[in-house]
Amino acid sequence: MTNKPYVRTEMLSEQPAPLGETGVLKWMRQNLFPSIPNGIISAIAIVAVIYILMGFLPWVLQPSWNATSLRQCIDDPNITGACWGVIRDRFNQLMFGFYPHAEQWRPVVAFILMLVALAPVLFDKLPRKMVWFSMIYPFLAVWLLWGGTIWGPLMVIAGFAIGYFANKFLTDVVGSLAAIIIAVLATIIWWLYGVGPVATGLSSILPIGIAEVKSSDFGGLMLSITIGVSGIALSLPIGIVLALGRQSDMFIIKTLSVGFIEFIRGVPLITLLFVASVLLNFFLPPGTNFDLILRVIIMVTIFASAYMAEVIRGGLAALPTGQYEAADALGLDYWQSMQLIIMPQALKISIPGIVGTFIGLFKDTTLVSIIGLLDPIGLVASIQGGSDWNGVVWELYTFIALMFWVFTFSMSRYSMYLENKLKTTH
Amino acid sequence: MAMADQPAGKSFRLSMLLYDTRYRSLTIQIIMLAMFIIGVIWLLDNMYTNLAKANKNPDFAFLSAPAGYDINQRLIEYTSQSTNARAWLVGLLNTLLVAVLGCTLATVLGVSIGVMRLSKNWIVARLMTVYIEAFRNVPVLLWIVFAMAIFIEEFPQPKAFRGDAATASMLWDSFAFTNRGWYTPAPVFNSGSMAVVAVFLLSIVGIFVFGKWAKARQETTGQILPTFWIKLGILIVPALLAFFVMGMPISLSYPELKGFNFKGGLHLRNSLIALCLALSLYTAAFIAEAVRAGIMAINKGQSEAAAALGLRQKRVMNLVVLPQAMRVIVPPLISQYLNLTKNSSLAIAVGYMDVTGTLGGITLNQTGRALECVLLLMMTYLAISLSISMVMNLYNNSVKLKER
Repeated sequence: MTNKPYVRTEMLSEQPAPLGETGVLKWMRQNLFPSIPNGIISAIAIVAVIYILMGFLPWVLQPSWNATSLRQCIDDPNITGACWGVIRDRFNQLMFGFYPHAEQWRPVVAFILMLVALAPVLFDKLPRKMVWFSMIYPFLAVWLLWGGTIWGPLMVIAGFAIGYFANKFLTDVVGSLAAIIIAVLATIIWWLYGVGPVATGLSSILPIGIAEVKSSDFGGLMLSITIGVSGIALSLPIGIVLALGRQSDMFIIKTLSVGFIEFIRGVPLITLLFVASVLLNFFLPPGTNFDLILRVIIMVTIFASAYMAEVIRGGLAALPTGQYEAADALGLDYWQSMQLIIMPQALKISIPGIVGTFIGLFKDTTLVSIIGLLDPIGLVASIQGGSDWNGVVWELYTFIALMFWVFTFSMSRYSMYLENKLKTTH
Repeated sequence: MAMADQPAGKSFRLSMLLYDTRYRSLTIQIIMLAMFIIGVIWLLDNMYTNLAKANKNPDFAFLSAPAGYDINQRLIEYTSQSTNARAWLVGLLNTLLVAVLGCTLATVLGVSIGVMRLSKNWIVARLMTVYIEAFRNVPVLLWIVFAMAIFIEEFPQPKAFRGDAATASMLWDSFAFTNRGWYTPAPVFNSGSMAVVAVFLLSIVGIFVFGKWAKARQETTGQILPTFWIKLGILIVPALLAFFVMGMPISLSYPELKGFNFKGGLHLRNSLIALCLALSLYTAAFIAEAVRAGIMAINKGQSEAAAALGLRQKRVMNLVVLPQAMRVIVPPLISQYLNLTKNSSLAIAVGYMDVTGTLGGITLNQTGRALECVLLLMMTYLAISLSISMVMNLYNNSVKLKER
């Protein structure tokens, strides 16, 4: 009975975990060297990374910012790294092209205001009243960028007011449909024949305006953003209409939409840009001379809207039929059901695709350099052509690539944020 | 209510065209069609007026006129005396060459990168993420000119290979990488080589026949043959035997430094390599994402069920996961092929003479026939795109989930 089993009465103090099971070592063992083949691959990868960085980092980190020509960089034995002087020297050109120096505050202001105008669209926590500014912004931006009298954009906005009031007052007199038709016609006639003379007249009475800037002076990143943002803003609504047209059960509308979408998707953007640069004027009344940037924006918009239509069609197709039927059962008509039930869900599903199209469009703006516009890539040749920077290659390309990368990468991150925010499942 | 005060077919009022659902869609369609036709007529009318003014009525006769320019990269006979139509064809073949090479390379790269991005190895997965984010967020045009710049600036001149103090040397005495392009050995087909080629083609047919037979055998008897090694044998052995029996009719011609440049062998121009490489590196990033999405789309239960059935790891992948993943991967993959083909029109930026460079570039500028050239150019690309989409649809239908 006295032979009691040994029972420990006090606990042992805690031992630290084995060295290989904690902290960095454990992490490395699990993620880098879990097995021998895997370890070998990791080792090769690490060596490769170090090798690349060894070659690349000194070039980046021992730069010269002050050189004013490539010759200086080559002749100076102290300079072994990148000759970033070219960026410092030509930064202005890479940003604004040949936009007059004194007027460059205008694109900057337009860009900052664009961020303000975009904010209520991108983030829903902001006050809704800001949307009014977003609506006025396009006219403001055009005025800021191209300059001229302020009456032009104001008169274009006045067209909307004319349409609105014509519709409001005529509805009681001639019925809603006739009122809409008259309002639209009145607006279009005002834009075609009224805006020009009235704006000229007003500006001769009260000349408020800023210096005009020719389209041929546009260039650099500013040009890419102008074309990209206009294309993005215009292609989304057109794309939605095309997608609805393609889904429609009306044969003619469906055929027209499918034909348009498939044709545009079947040809490269560069051929459409050829159309913009050499052909578009043929199709307009004799004597019309469109601005080249405007023509490019039109073609880029057409191109992007076909892709947008396909993305949105995917979203529409992904919605369960029950949603369409439920909308019908509630007694909503076609446009109501689209606006209230179908589109909010379909657009949500297609967000990754829409942002992908935006990113693609923004990258594709570089193609305008092929038809002779001076976007950043177009400017490379002109910078290399000068005697100061003849032969500079890597610094320019790296800088331009980084510029585009920042924009497109932040767009893709925003799309991820939006996807997460709108996710209603678990 | 609307129905109640419209006794069907009794009286017809004009407003019914718009408010009666029976007629409304017809009305809208007719109005749309009318507007479309009026728009097209307006555009065409403008076009004819403008062209008549410029004294250039649409005319395709320039296609049969001599082109008058040289094309340095060509797959078929072409001289500057050949017609513009011939130049178009040369350009088209060049486009297809880049497209095929680029798609092949992009698929190989994209699939491996996509799989590696899913790797459990931290550093490999991270590296692949960096690659993907770097390549797909920078315009492809920039990659193309960048690649071209690398080939022109960083590779040695042919004269660097010369003499005793040569700063550059050929790889195995047969490959020379210069800033004028790459020189590689080229096969020379002497008499009797046709037999070897024929045997080789026959053995490819033989592989398919054998594959079918092996599958049928496996399904009836359950026995599995080492098909891969047997197929490899069928591919190589007969052709090799024929090669020696015919007295080695195929030889290689090696590039040699003569004068200021390399002669002999196969000359791959910088423009071709840069274009191919840039397009495929860029597209590979997108393909990698498609592959990753495809693999991740397969429910984990599928591979667990396959393992529970006793399949080995490799067979789980081959028989269960991949066939299902392919269904998800292939549509975006084909659309990337389409993009690559269309992006190959950027060849014009590095001076590679594809169809945009010949028909839409020099021919257009020399003849001034902008309308006709751009129209033909668009039709060419449209034809290529539609054929690729057709193949895609055929494939899609064949692998579509058969719902019961």
